[in-house]
Amino acid sequence: MWAYEKKLQYPVNIKNNNPKLAQAIIDQLGGPDGELAASMRYLNQRYAAPYAQVKGVLTDIGTEELAHLEIVSAILYQLTRNLTIEQIKASGFDTYFVDHTAGIYPAGASGMPFTAAYFQSKGDPVTDLVEDLAADGAARLGRPLKNYRNSYPYYMK
Amino acid sequence: MNGTNLMRAIQMYDFYLYELNLYLDTHPTDRKALDLFKKYTEMRTAAYDAYTSKYGPITAEQSSTNERFNWVDDPWPWERSAN
Repeated sequence: MWAYEKKLQYPVNIKNNNPKLAQAIIDQLGGPDGELAASMRYLNQRYAAPYAQVKGVLTDIGTEELAHLEIVSAILYQLTRNLTIEQIKASGFDTYFVDHTAGIYPAGASGMPFTAAYFQSKGDPVTDLVEDLAADGAARLGRPLKNYRNSYPYYMK
Repeated sequence: MNGTNLMRAIQMYDFYLYELNLYLDTHPTDRKALDLFKKYTEMRTAAYDAYTSKYGPITAEQSSTNERFNWVDDPWPWERSAN
């Protein structure tokens, strides 16, 4: 089972809203290489793990990805507070806003909703491990918007 | 320490403990890592107890007052005032 602790793993306190930035960062919530995909990948793959140490690692990192998911959601929540209609239109956030207003919805930066098709669970630990390596590599490459790099630290991967 | 600083301390200890946890998952007999895990668990517990006795529960069962189930009180973690 899981237990909830009423705190973030890493603090989030953002003074100024920024819907354009939110539209990029949302990729880490529900995008193809986001935290939700990472968590679901590890937590589903763990049942095929042959050794106790592998079961432990997959359980613990799958759990930690959920803590990362909450950090990303807090960032998105704070970046989209008190938006004006002008801000929403000018930033390009209007396409998301039509579907969800400022609700937190697991989608990628392109607007594609999260899907379990982003990850695999093949019942074979070596196959799963190779898939994990590919996903981790993709997550580290996922920084095409260099201006946002400072808001997008490596430890969220 | 005030509530914010205590929470920062807990977050720092937890961050370090989680890394040690992951290392120990694959190196369960590493003496040095085991000692560090024990040492920082104790420091974390002290900060955790200081926080929850003064500033509110981190888990629901720590809601200890008879008048009010303060687990449900604001702020929740994603709100700026909680950070």
